[in-house]
Amino acid sequence: MFRLISAFALLIALALPSVAQQAEPATTPDRSATGGAQTLEDIMARQNGDTVDDTFRREATGDPDSAASTMDQLGTLGGASDPELWRALRYGTVDVKVSTADTRGRVLIQDGGMKWLNFREGPLTKYGLWLLAGTIIALAVFYLLRGKIRVDAGLRGATVERFKFIERMAHWTMAWSFILLGVTGILGLIGRKILAPTFGLEANATILMLSKFIHNNVSWAFMLALITVFVMWVWHNIPDRTDLVWIKQAGGIIGSKHPPAKKFNFGQKIIFWSVIVLGGSLSVSGLSLLFPYEITMFAKTFSLLNDWGLTSLVGLDALPTQMSPQEEMQYSQLWHAIVAFLMMAIILAHIYIGSVGMEGAYDAMGTGDVDEAWAEQHHSIWLDEVKAKQGASQNISKTPAE
Amino acid sequence: MKAMLAGAAAIVIIGVGSNLVLGEMGFSAAETYAGDSVRLD
Repeated sequence: MFRLISAFALLIALALPSVAQQAEPATTPDRSATGGAQTLEDIMARQNGDTVDDTFRREATGDPDSAASTMDQLGTLGGASDPELWRALRYGTVDVKVSTADTRGRVLIQDGGMKWLNFREGPLTKYGLWLLAGTIIALAVFYLLRGKIRVDAGLRGATVERFKFIERMAHWTMAWSFILLGVTGILGLIGRKILAPTFGLEANATILMLSKFIHNNVSWAFMLALITVFVMWVWHNIPDRTDLVWIKQAGGIIGSKHPPAKKFNFGQKIIFWSVIVLGGSLSVSGLSLLFPYEITMFAKTFSLLNDWGLTSLVGLDALPTQMSPQEEMQYSQLWHAIVAFLMMAIILAHIYIGSVGMEGAYDAMGTGDVDEAWAEQHHSIWLDEVKAKQGASQNISKTPAE
Repeated sequence: MKAMLAGAAAIVIIGVGSNLVLGEMGFSAAETYAGDSVRLD
């Protein structure tokens, strides 16, 4: 029975790509009424949000071979009227020569730029900020319903060292720099849309000038701290069998169970790997934005995705692989912002549990010494290991001289 | 508490330091966009 169901599921999954194909071939519309230019139907279709096949415009860029000689009327235009010249500039098919001698200087009109701007000021800002607001609301509701997670046996008063000074310093370097980067990043995103109308253009300019300065310079501290944290804690964050028990009991966050754990439980391992992966992605896209037009990755990534067939698997058309330098930077900015919002939401939950969410948790990063009762409840295996090491060193020091 | 302050100090030092070092190395915006016919520095 199970084999039948799994075979059926496999069949459905393999049949999906065939559904992704186009419904029927598009018929060439009749544009004789306007002599080959766009018709009322094209305009209505575009306003409806349908895609219009614009090859009739993209390829109408004039024909130098059929130009009249320079002595004849309009001959000096070289076979291309002004609208045809502007079309060629818009679609990037004209041979532009610039004194900056640079690829980006040659792009006089970037066709995809408005789509990027509308997305950045519209859905990206709206859904990003709602994600953060929703996370804060969800955490508040959780706190009201579940309350602070207490140490059941009560705090003992005796402490054991959990994090050394260097571990805490690396964490706080990353933490403060992340907060600075997040705040300045959001200010940069909402500047023109929200800050300028609210506080005026002068104030917006000052705020954003400072934000950009802080964001670009603090990013180096974040990247260094990220590498340090990875090197220090990666061995303790590799998943193992003790995590299976922890996962099954959902960490004991609902109810009264206390699953055992080593130095880091599975919840912390999720946070660690989220920070490394998302923080690393932010660092890479951020470096691309710090050195504009010099570290371009999206054309290559898109062509790899196309080659591996991943785009057709989810039913999309092939991703663009030829992009202007400005387009590369726009994709970098969008990726950077989306990943940043995700990471900020995760870190809000991390800040919650490490401060108001759990009694005794803050001491780990605050002083480095945690209450033994707290350690027994949340990291029992780690506490046993620490005690065993302390006992062993005490035994050695107690051995009398011969 | 000391680790928190040390972390904040590290950010200030690395931030200011990176600004100065990258400027000296020629990675400032003025340096990058200047050219024969473009005087920015």
